[in-house]
Amino acid sequence: MKSAVILFPGSNREHDAARALKLVAGSNVNIVWHGESELPKHTDLVVLPGGFSYGDYLRCGAIAARANIMGAVRAHAEKGGLVLGICNGFQILCEAGLLPGVLVRNAKLRFVCREVFLRVERADTAFTRAYRKNELLRIPIAHGEGNYTADETTIKQLEAEGRVAFRYARADGQIDQADGPNGAINGIAGIYSEKLNVLGMMPHPENNIEAQIGRTDGRGLFESLAAALKAAA
Amino acid sequence: MIPNTPRITPELVAEHGLKPDEYQRFVELIGREPTITELGIVSAMWNEHCSYKSSKVWLRTLPTSGPRVIQGPGENAGVVDIGDGLAVVFKMESHNHPSFIEPYQGAGTGVGGILRDVFTMGARPIAALNALRFGNCHHPRTRQLLAGVVAGIGGYGNSFGVPTVGGSIGFHGRYNGNILVNAMAVGLAKTDEIFYAAAAGVGRSIVYLGSKTGRDGIHGATMASAEFGADAEEKRPTVQVGDPFAEKLLLEACLEIMKAGCVVAIQDMGAAGLTCSAVEMGAKGDLGVELNLDAVPCRETGMSAYEMMLSESQERMLMVIADGKEAEAEAIFKKWGLDFAVVGKTTDTLRFVVKHKGVVEADLPIKELGDEAPEYYRPFNETPARPILTPADVPTSVTLADALEQMLSSPDLCSKRWVWEQYDHLILGNTVQKPGGDAAVVRVEEGPKALALTTDVTPRYCEADPFEGGKQAVAEAWRNLTAVGATPIAVTDNLNFGNPEKPDTMGQFVGCVKGIGAACEALDFPVVSGNVSLYNETNGKGILPTPTIGGVGLIDDLSKTMTLAFKAAGEPIYVIGKTEGWLGASIYLGLICEREEGAPPPVDLVAEKRNGDFVRALILDGLVSAAHDVSDGGLLVAVAEMAMAGNLGAAVDSHCNMAPHAFWFGEDQARYVVTAAHGQGSEILRRAEAAGVPITKIGKTGGDRLILPGDRSIFVEALRDRHETWLPIYMSSMS
Repeated sequence: MKSAVILFPGSNREHDAARALKLVAGSNVNIVWHGESELPKHTDLVVLPGGFSYGDYLRCGAIAARANIMGAVRAHAEKGGLVLGICNGFQILCEAGLLPGVLVRNAKLRFVCREVFLRVERADTAFTRAYRKNELLRIPIAHGEGNYTADETTIKQLEAEGRVAFRYARADGQIDQADGPNGAINGIAGIYSEKLNVLGMMPHPENNIEAQIGRTDGRGLFESLAAALKAAA
Repeated sequence: MIPNTPRITPELVAEHGLKPDEYQRFVELIGREPTITELGIVSAMWNEHCSYKSSKVWLRTLPTSGPRVIQGPGENAGVVDIGDGLAVVFKMESHNHPSFIEPYQGAGTGVGGILRDVFTMGARPIAALNALRFGNCHHPRTRQLLAGVVAGIGGYGNSFGVPTVGGSIGFHGRYNGNILVNAMAVGLAKTDEIFYAAAAGVGRSIVYLGSKTGRDGIHGATMASAEFGADAEEKRPTVQVGDPFAEKLLLEACLEIMKAGCVVAIQDMGAAGLTCSAVEMGAKGDLGVELNLDAVPCRETGMSAYEMMLSESQERMLMVIADGKEAEAEAIFKKWGLDFAVVGKTTDTLRFVVKHKGVVEADLPIKELGDEAPEYYRPFNETPARPILTPADVPTSVTLADALEQMLSSPDLCSKRWVWEQYDHLILGNTVQKPGGDAAVVRVEEGPKALALTTDVTPRYCEADPFEGGKQAVAEAWRNLTAVGATPIAVTDNLNFGNPEKPDTMGQFVGCVKGIGAACEALDFPVVSGNVSLYNETNGKGILPTPTIGGVGLIDDLSKTMTLAFKAAGEPIYVIGKTEGWLGASIYLGLICEREEGAPPPVDLVAEKRNGDFVRALILDGLVSAAHDVSDGGLLVAVAEMAMAGNLGAAVDSHCNMAPHAFWFGEDQARYVVTAAHGQGSEILRRAEAAGVPITKIGKTGGDRLILPGDRSIFVEALRDRHETWLPIYMSSMS
């Protein structure tokens, strides 16, 4: 497995992502500078990491979405290659049009860093096969603009096509938008592209991969990716 | 714009915060009337903030060395060896005045400044902490200041990408007009790749790096060296504006050019910007410095030499570049989109020469400006001792349960989750213990080593007895590190006081420094960096003396760290250390009895060391399942915090004749609460007896309630609810 973690000025969770890819998925990891125009050859997975690319100036993700490397990322996605955007990466994917909708400021207007419950909406994608459908994960979030929203038609379409990847849940597994950490519509924490090969999510599975540092609920995502790529090879 | 060629009048001298005798000294030093730029430079170098002129004679008394210490005070940050070729680099610094005037930017740039101090030394920041003090919670500005400061700290640290893992917050009316924002940063470096400020080599290029220079922050350091009057808010233009994005780029670029071997010396531009950094580089390296301001990247047009020399624009660095490495360094900075300009060179003249548009704007002796600034032995009055209160002096009709509930939902003892959830405390993936425990624990690289980090001070003790208060601040930091299983290795101090020209205030300062020195000496806990913030006064009223201690501890194997949460039912609970029921200057006395009086608990440093070493050994040998230091609020508060963290109740009893409120809420020092791991109770008792450590069994874990002697019991969940909701409710009632 070969992964490319894209480094934008202001990215700051690139090492966290790289560590998870190496440690859990056993992946070879290239950190790729935003100014490049090609991905390293035979890249299986592109990761847009968390952070504050370009200081979140203008709108979070807006400038990074137009960075040089994004042409190659788009091409990779269009040929069915796997792309994972975490936190700022999710924001960039939305701004780049690789995923629909947008992340706006948290409903309470404050940055929030805490562990939340996530419900796995489907366990049959390259990102989630190591989980069970409706499994509850405890994964941290750390963002000020993670309030997912889109027009009504888009939301309906996402729901109808089963493209919601994760939802913020209560401890009992129920979804209550008002109880969510950021006000995201339908408790949406992550969504897929039409072909299920692009995933954007606000929570940070890369920060819950070692028992010593909290929990290990994030491992499944990287294990799933490793298994999916192995099966494809 | 300030004109550049006025005559130097006494009024102008006074506006620059220089006393007539200081000005006279300066004139004699240079043998002529200074230019306005020179006056600006000397005012920046000789103000309290940069020169430590009132505090230096006392700071010299602190223990600053030890087998692990690589660099003590005097550099950008302290450096301490942690083995395996690695060093921890850390410092704490205040940004009190700017944060009061403009809380978001003031606090944010405080974080930015301290992060820069750490990465200037070649260390990658791995953790940030803070210590905050606000006015009374009923004061009309407190909410807004708290909200702004917290958002500012988060806004900067989160974007920069450092986990903010710990801190402390307190409230008191004496901070109504002068809040405290003390920020601490901790970094990791290789012991053989530490970078210093001292320039070396004549004729080398001095390079300016980072953001452009603007008119922001001019005279920030001078502001930090004066009291506030009613016009404090008019000082807003002297508060700098932070750009964490630029700082993140500066970090990456600096570490990259250091790695490439381009850097001979480096100094960040903090207080008094270009002036302070250039003078320090030259003075420390026994070299002269010549600057050509025409080359300084400016954000605004028409900036004068005076303005450029005093600007405190953020995210800037000054470096001496190794011979022949200019092009390589420039390429790295350009890659990160940052400014890079050769603005001067080192000389053998020992003069600080500043040229602008072909005119020499300043030509000053560099050593006298830098390390030979004035120094004062200010007169001081020792703080009179307060009477000792016995339990009988503190009558009460409040039950234990009522008092406990009230205390745990009070501003000082409530949960600070509302605050630390606004800080990214998990980034970098190394946070073993997040905020809310005794000390934060952060893994070092891939482990098994880890660092324990804490900030502590109890200002009401310092006010009551500066010497004991100074000791206590150090002892509590040492205890908090010990309670997670760490060996305390060094501290940074941030000494916040009022006007040192007042003998009573100076007496508080002297007493606290003596106490800190005594405790650091006794606990093998050297001071390796620090910062002094004086003149924390508004309209003549000083803050509570607040010498914040930032403690760092080393953990060899992070699998042996301890947390405070109760783990299992049926485990015996012990208090280690002697309980005498000391209620003077306690939270109980202040909150429940509404009395702020009495001598604070004395700190027996021998007992501290003995009891702490005992507890640490219990942790490392796996005999205890939970450990917690006993501090604010005393024993019952400590037990309740352990119950809430573990979601597990306990039944407790003092089994002694002492007045219950004194036993349960007294704040005797050198104490810990531990629970025995399965079946280890008798071994703990045996060891305590052998070591001569006082130990008392006070109860057993279990159930969903706290069962108190002779009183109603309290559901842990209900208690936690009150504990957790006080601050969110308070903040949401924001008008």
